[in-house]
Amino acid sequence: MTDVAATQKKVTLLSLLRESPILVAGLSILGFWMLVAIFAPLIAPFGPNQNLVPMAPPGSRTPDGRLMLLGADHLGRDVLSRIIYGGRTVLTYAPLATLCAYSVGVTLGLIAGYKGKWVDELLSRFADLVLAFPVIVLYIVIIQKFGASGLNILVAVTLASSPGIMRLVRGVVLDLRTRAYVSAAQMRGESTFYVMFVEILPNARGPLIVDACLRLGYVTITIGTLGFLGLGIPPPTPDWGSMINESRHFAMVFPHMAVFPCLAVSSLVLAFNLIADGLRELSLAD
Amino acid sequence: MARLIAQRLFNSAVSIALVSIVLFLIFEISPETVAADALGQYSTREQRDLWLAANGYFEPLHVRFLDWARRCLTGEFGNSRLYNAPVSTVLGPRLAASGILAACFFAILIPLSLSLGVFAGMKEGSKLDRGISLLSILTTSVPPFASAVLLAAIFVFGLGLLPGTSSMIDGFRWKELVMPVAVLLLYDFGYLTRITRASMADVMQTAYIRTAALKGLPDWWIILRHALRNALIPPFTVIMLQINWLIGGVVVVEFFFAYKGFGSLILEASLTHDLFLLQACTAVSVLIAVGTQTIADIGYGLLNPRIRVAR
Repeated sequence: MTDVAATQKKVTLLSLLRESPILVAGLSILGFWMLVAIFAPLIAPFGPNQNLVPMAPPGSRTPDGRLMLLGADHLGRDVLSRIIYGGRTVLTYAPLATLCAYSVGVTLGLIAGYKGKWVDELLSRFADLVLAFPVIVLYIVIIQKFGASGLNILVAVTLASSPGIMRLVRGVVLDLRTRAYVSAAQMRGESTFYVMFVEILPNARGPLIVDACLRLGYVTITIGTLGFLGLGIPPPTPDWGSMINESRHFAMVFPHMAVFPCLAVSSLVLAFNLIADGLRELSLAD
Repeated sequence: MARLIAQRLFNSAVSIALVSIVLFLIFEISPETVAADALGQYSTREQRDLWLAANGYFEPLHVRFLDWARRCLTGEFGNSRLYNAPVSTVLGPRLAASGILAACFFAILIPLSLSLGVFAGMKEGSKLDRGISLLSILTTSVPPFASAVLLAAIFVFGLGLLPGTSSMIDGFRWKELVMPVAVLLLYDFGYLTRITRASMADVMQTAYIRTAALKGLPDWWIILRHALRNALIPPFTVIMLQINWLIGGVVVVEFFFAYKGFGSLILEASLTHDLFLLQACTAVSVLIAVGTQTIADIGYGLLNPRIRVAR
């Protein structure tokens, strides 16, 4: 985000706060969850899969007197500890999946936009094909075919979101490829690869960064939804979506098991959305 | 205009043809899995071979594809193993149930989002605009599964106002629709509101609105007569495209509230490996998605005469 705002003026936290409080709020929430995820073993009062007192309500204590601030789930696992460790799962898979989707989408988009003609036609048709599926159906079909695992979630997210990214990049490239610096690079005899990734891509970053933040939010929702539907990362790995799924049947009697993971995932998605909005505001202001 | 419609319809037909090939490859490429799914995992090798031979699975691939496509077109999707009935008889009532859900959703979503968006976009940067924008970021950040749990915790567990399941066992009861529709609305209205707001804000900055204001026309006249028509073009497209997204929310909501609709059906089909049911559900969902996309494209062309087909 620095390269959007740091063109002329020095960016301090205070000036950023004045210019875009939304961005700072988003970054703070994200920073909070990142710290929690990194230092999970130090912060969490219990292990994520340690069985204590089943269905313990928030604020109750284990037999040896240790506090379970958010209570325990149906297997007696401390909800707070599972949320803390679950932060690791989501903050690993969401950025990783987004990164995979972006690598594929950006590469295809650059090729389609820069090469044009039949290459573009072919790639765009393929993108239309994938986009014709409702996203959730795509996930359900892929997970049904290949089984639920972390890797398959990455594959599914990449397949489902790269066509959208490809379209975005292609649009920007169509505009950029007629610029003088692109022709200059072509005259110098630079390779296609060089022109695409060194000349064009850095100049297309503006809309891509905003889109990436929004997409991180979507992917977080997706991973949560898959876990919630029982198609996510297999148990007993602590994962917010799966936590909600497992405690869903008890949610009407012991809502604490499901409510706190919901708040966690919503706050993380909110962080990504706020960052995207803040960055968009800043780039419009410049 | 006829040209535009013809081209869009042709594009959609091509999409559906391509999608059907992909679906066939995904679902039917390996006959062994088909047989295992159709007969259940405890069937023997011989049973599966007999079944495959009886259903023509040893024919060449293109013959099988054409036969499969013919059966799909005529609605003979085969039998659902889970329900032990033809897929089409299972699918019909479920689609109708989801249709009711979607109709209630749109009946509230469209007036709500459009009016909020127009109010926010009328005066960009005003307190009202800021408030509405913040509200829509907050609500779109709560995933449907989370808002389902949170709303259920408040209205079902906390206040005891509404039923926690919507299985409609004792016939249709509107009270059971409230929670699913509320969850879908909470997640979706922010997006449409923001699109409407952005579009309205754009229109308010155009020269013809300034001209109208300089002529001394009253604000409400400018907004109703001049701004609204152009501002509502992008939201219209988004409403149609929303249906593709809506299917995702519908799956989650129907699963959580045990509503017997299309969304929960596709999930059941997937989780129980009911292959023919899953095939039919996927085909129907793609048809819905491509259909609404086509309507959006054509409608956009009708509403906005500047859109022309490239020659």
